[in-house]
Parts: sequence; structure tokens; C-alpha cells
Amino acid sequence: MTRAENYVTVEFLSRSSNEGFARVAAAGFAAQLDPTLDELGDIKTAVSEAVTNAIVHAYPDKLGKIVLKLKIREGNVLEITVRDWGKGIEDIQQAREPLFTTGGEERSGMGFTIMESFMDRVNIRSAVNRGTSVVMRKRIAARISGKR
Amino acid sequence: MEVRAKCQARELTLYLKGELDHHGAKGLIGQLEHEIEVALPTKTVLDFSGITFMDSSGIAVVMRAKMRMREIGGSVAIRNIPAQSKKVFDAAGIDRLVTME
Repeated sequence: MTRAENYVTVEFLSRSSNEGFARVAAAGFAAQLDPTLDELGDIKTAVSEAVTNAIVHAYPDKLGKIVLKLKIREGNVLEITVRDWGKGIEDIQQAREPLFTTGGEERSGMGFTIMESFMDRVNIRSAVNRGTSVVMRKRIAARISGKR
Repeated sequence: MEVRAKCQARELTLYLKGELDHHGAKGLIGQLEHEIEVALPTKTVLDFSGITFMDSSGIAVVMRAKMRMREIGGSVAIRNIPAQSKKVFDAAGIDRLVTME
């Protein structure tokens, strides 16, 4: 992958009140790619899922550090990384399965399914007790004369 | 999150307002179960017209309502779903489980 054309890094504590902040930060950064409202909705949803996973699963009974990296890559590609240093995922394939969850009654087990259907690519790297990194990419189609 | 309840002829309508994420869903599930408990409706309608954002937490809320209504022999429907929420519901295939009005 080529060098990023622009990037921001945001670090925050794994409090659920930061879920909304992370979405808005990602949408604000993505705005420079001139996305449609629909694409902005996809970005916010995918970020919300990844950040919520870190809050709920990485740090189930403590507060920890989450880093959100937003990058613009060549070809109007938005790259979003959500990184934590929490307990990690033992079985990534199982975690990606629809309806699989180790969360409580307020979780649906659809987080990764939604990330995958709203972004072009989703890569997960994880090590038990060392943390998880979720990298998502989405190409924002260039608009011609403000229309598509 | 804000919830306003209206019950007429044993049909309970819950008007949801705000951003339905994990943070918002935490209190919402308890409120929803409480309203069902009090009204004991034959049908519960979740009205999404006031929802400005929803992620998969919304699916958990709907599934919870469905489970609770099934226990008392009733049904669940979702209504007035904004485009962004609709996309999340569609990705999860929720229309196979709950009526979308």
C-alpha cells in the first residue's frame, strides 16, 4: 500500500460514551473525500461496530486505551484502523460468524457482519492478552460535477 | 435515548428517539421490558422515526422485544425506519424475523 495522503490519530478511553465521538470523528475526517450521505452512514456504522467491540470485548471489566486511525490512501480510499490492547480474540473465524457473540443481552453478534457488508475490506489481527487491530477500507467513488 | 410509550387497544407503540448504539441500548432494553410488563400488549410496535443513528445494537433491541413478546404470546413490528437504520436491518436479514411496516 502506498503512503497515506492524509491521516489523523485519535486516542480515547474505552467508555461507551465515546462510541458516538468516534463515529463523528471518522465522519468528519471522511468528509474531505466528498462521500454521499449513504457512504457517510456506512462509515459511521462500521466505526461504531469496531469501537463497540473494543469497549465490550477487549476490556470487559476495566477501562483501556483505544486508538482510532483514519487515513486517506491513493485512489480515494478511506482506511480506518481500530486498535486496542485488551484481551484479544481467541478464534477470529468464529468471532466473524453472524450471530456469534460472547457479549450480553444488548449485543446481537452481527458486528463483524455489518462491518463486512458496509466496507470493501475488513482485516482482523489479534493476539490473546495483547490486543486486536481491525483495519477496514472503503473506496469513495469520485463525483463528477457534484453528481453521481 | 428517549422512549415514549403509547398503548391503545392492547397495541403498545414505543417511539424511540436518539442514537441507538451500544451506549444508548444499555438503558433502552430495561425500559422496553418495563413498558411491555406494564401494558401486556398483544402487539408491540417499535417506531424508529426519531432514530438519528443505529448500529447492530438496534438488532439486539428488536430481538429482545421479540423474545419478550413471544413469552406473552404477542408479536413485534418495526415502523418508520430511516434509511441508515434500514440498511443495518437489511444486512442482518431482520425482515425474516420481524414485520417491517
